[in-house]
Amino acid sequence: MNGTLKRAALACMIMFGLLMLNINYLQAVRAEDLKQDARDRRNFYARYEVERGLITAGKTVLAESVPSGDTDTPFKRRYPGGEVYAPVTGFFAPESTRDIERAKNDLLDGSSADLVIRRGIDLFTGKTTKGANVELTINPKAQEAAYKALSASGKKGALVAIEPKTGAILAMVSVPSYDPNLLAPADKAKVNEAYNKLDKDEDKPLVNRAIERTYPPGSTFKVVTMAAYLKSDDSLGPQSQVDAPQRLDLPNTTADLPNYGGAACGAGRVTLSFALEKSCNTPFGKIGMDLGYEAMKEQATDFGIGGDPLEIPIPVAASSIGPEEDQAALAQASIGQRNNQMTPLQMAMVAAGIANDGVVMKPYLVKKVADAEGTEIETADQDELSTAMSPENAAKLREMMVNVVNLGTASAAQIPGVTVGGKTGTAETAEGRDPHAWFISFAPAENPEIAVALIVESGSAGSDASGGQTAAPIAKSVMEAVLGR
Amino acid sequence: MSAPSVEPVPLPAKRRVAQLAMLAFAVLIVMAAYAAVGMGIDQKIPSGMLTYGLGLGGFMLAAYLVLARFAPWADPLILPLVTLINGLGLVMIYRLEVGAGGRGGASATTQLLWTAVGVVVFAVTLIVLRDHRALQRLTYTAGAAGLLLLVSPLLPIIGEDINGARIWIKIGGFTLQPAELAKLALIVFFAGYLVAKRDVLALAGRRLLFIDLPRARDLGPILITWGFSLGVLILQKDLGSSLLIFGTFIAMLYIATQRTSWVLIGILLFVGGAVLAGLAFDHVAARFEVFLNPESNELFYRELGGSAQLMEGLFGMSQGGILGTGLGQGHPGLIPLAFSDFIFAAIGEELGLTGLMALLMIYGLLVERGLRTALAARDPFSKLLAGGLSFILAWQVFIIVGGVTNLIPLTGLVTPFMSQGGSALLANWILIALLVRMSDAARKPPPQAIQDEGMTQVFQR
Repeated sequence: MNGTLKRAALACMIMFGLLMLNINYLQAVRAEDLKQDARDRRNFYARYEVERGLITAGKTVLAESVPSGDTDTPFKRRYPGGEVYAPVTGFFAPESTRDIERAKNDLLDGSSADLVIRRGIDLFTGKTTKGANVELTINPKAQEAAYKALSASGKKGALVAIEPKTGAILAMVSVPSYDPNLLAPADKAKVNEAYNKLDKDEDKPLVNRAIERTYPPGSTFKVVTMAAYLKSDDSLGPQSQVDAPQRLDLPNTTADLPNYGGAACGAGRVTLSFALEKSCNTPFGKIGMDLGYEAMKEQATDFGIGGDPLEIPIPVAASSIGPEEDQAALAQASIGQRNNQMTPLQMAMVAAGIANDGVVMKPYLVKKVADAEGTEIETADQDELSTAMSPENAAKLREMMVNVVNLGTASAAQIPGVTVGGKTGTAETAEGRDPHAWFISFAPAENPEIAVALIVESGSAGSDASGGQTAAPIAKSVMEAVLGR
Repeated sequence: MSAPSVEPVPLPAKRRVAQLAMLAFAVLIVMAAYAAVGMGIDQKIPSGMLTYGLGLGGFMLAAYLVLARFAPWADPLILPLVTLINGLGLVMIYRLEVGAGGRGGASATTQLLWTAVGVVVFAVTLIVLRDHRALQRLTYTAGAAGLLLLVSPLLPIIGEDINGARIWIKIGGFTLQPAELAKLALIVFFAGYLVAKRDVLALAGRRLLFIDLPRARDLGPILITWGFSLGVLILQKDLGSSLLIFGTFIAMLYIATQRTSWVLIGILLFVGGAVLAGLAFDHVAARFEVFLNPESNELFYRELGGSAQLMEGLFGMSQGGILGTGLGQGHPGLIPLAFSDFIFAAIGEELGLTGLMALLMIYGLLVERGLRTALAARDPFSKLLAGGLSFILAWQVFIIVGGVTNLIPLTGLVTPFMSQGGSALLANWILIALLVRMSDAARKPPPQAIQDEGMTQVFQR
């Protein structure tokens, strides 16, 4: 019987061989696909197994992982900053992430290649690897002041504050906002319900108005037109005279370009500074037409408009002055109307560029990333994005913008003891609808520490909303918060 | 003529010290695994480590002492290998119990108790059964007992229907899975019967083409076994036991008769039966459907006979990958019945491909030691019995592991020595006791001839 026993032994060997081959195929090859399967709850649990790093602004904790008490999902995310910081932190939900939580996900969850050394050390010392901590450039005082001022009395809108010399974003607020804590539980059904509710909300709380949405910038865009005009001729200055007709005839159309409210603006000829102070439409329409689309476009590009899409590291919607059309369209684009569309961040960059002697710094939100033990992994680079103006022209424009605050439409932005420069905007949206109220500003003018751009959306601040009355006081409170006044 | 050799005939070594060292090593591995479970779950050495580890160690020491006294020549590798498998099963059940917070059916304490009972039964078998050839006299008794055990779940009152399969009996608060014990009795029967009839089955017949076909009237035994297997399949919905018993019978028939034709006839009968069952019964067809396309969404979400359990096991093993998540750090609790039929998948998740390869090697070694015993055995009954017992071990591992890893259609069977369940543990410890007994008999040196008797007279014709 030994012969057949040996053959039976061979059969057993073949069976074990098949089993071994099959598990090798299963766990080494087929596993690659199976691991991605959405029906595997392990992938969902895995999101809540790491202690994600902190997101902080100064000493303020904006997002943290705390023990949940559940063994399958040991950690849960908490956002002590709530709605105020939601447009910055974003959220970490069972099936999606947003904003900083998304842009820095591989560092926050510790899986980034940059953390390989940390993971190696942790492996040998037997520690559980924690995610890296992300420190933001946000100034909590400015952020909270901005959110408070903007959300007061049910307004909708957005505000961005930048440090002109570095590009660090000091505040980024979008109102109405949402509570990211609602999207944090490790419960797909609950979170999806909360998300769908937010998504269907007519006020669109999930949209970050500061960087994801563009608006016609209205009169705030006149500073760009002014910059282009100053560049065209070095002899021009705040006191140079320009034509300021009551109505500007738009070529090849039956329409004219009026001033705000159809009023006269000076007596036919005014100084450049006066035109900006009173925000006359006709001179800037004419300047735009005289300079031509190319010069306007070039100036806009120098402020960062329409260049490569920005990532701060959250992706930013593209701004544009609109395509080249006829002269009439150009005149309207030159005063921030027509197809001219800007994100609030872009307008903050314009203000910051003017404040920073014409140099536009690349805006950024992440100041520093350090691993759980405090070792620095990356720090922000302060990069010049572009040179928008010569220092001389920037100084001239600053002088005129200071006049706007001191003598013109933006008196509500005055801060005692500080020279503030600014420009209001009241952008028409559609016939019969309330305008958007804009304001861009910087302070102190001599040594700028902050540049602000904000918009209060049409319809949320009454029919008489204007940049000067509605928007300027909000910018003032934010500037005061940063300057410590 | 040369001078007679004065050197004694070399005896096979007993290797008792080596066996004890291997046993201690196996217990140490198990204790380390307990510690790893605790570290993985809450960074603490679990209090259960000493209880379970020393408990297991104590039982195995007792088993060793009985073996050393009553079967001193037995293969030294068998007991340590079984200890390791049984211990790893305990660790995994403990891990699943802790992970589920005590809910969910896994109970390490119960399994440890059954391990103790298993060791006792092992010892009793070794002590009582001094000569396994006594079993040959019980051939037909064993056959009758096997059949009775097999059909007992169908009897009223004691029969129990659990999870759709009628394979349990309930006696005085205990539920037993009699098929596990039945397989032992049936192997004893097959061995005794085939030893008696093998000449008839092997020699009579005609040659057709390349194979020797048996006579029609000799087909009786195989047809009867086939019928019973189909009966088990149909009436108890127990695909696994049916396949297990029929396959083992075919293998033993082949070993006994050396006729390939029996294997071919067996395979044909099996395929025919499977196709018929597939056509007639939804639950059999569903197993095939799931086997062929486990990833389909429709099957995954099907309430009954769906692929969710298989897929959860595959997900777990995939996440485990090459090295595994580490004990206590995966989610084997997501796999339904991870503590019983799917314990192999749970091990695959936490110990990875590495752990599974090691585990299969241990099973493989155990089977190899059993088959070696069969080769070394001195009489046909022992050869057939040892061969059958070893084969059924390998065959059972192949059916359940192959099913769990999507190599063959899934049929429910316990993973020997690992899955939670008393009857299976008991039956398998008896199986090991029988192998140990036969190994002792096979390796025991024959009575030594007296050496200094003078020249042996050689007669030549």
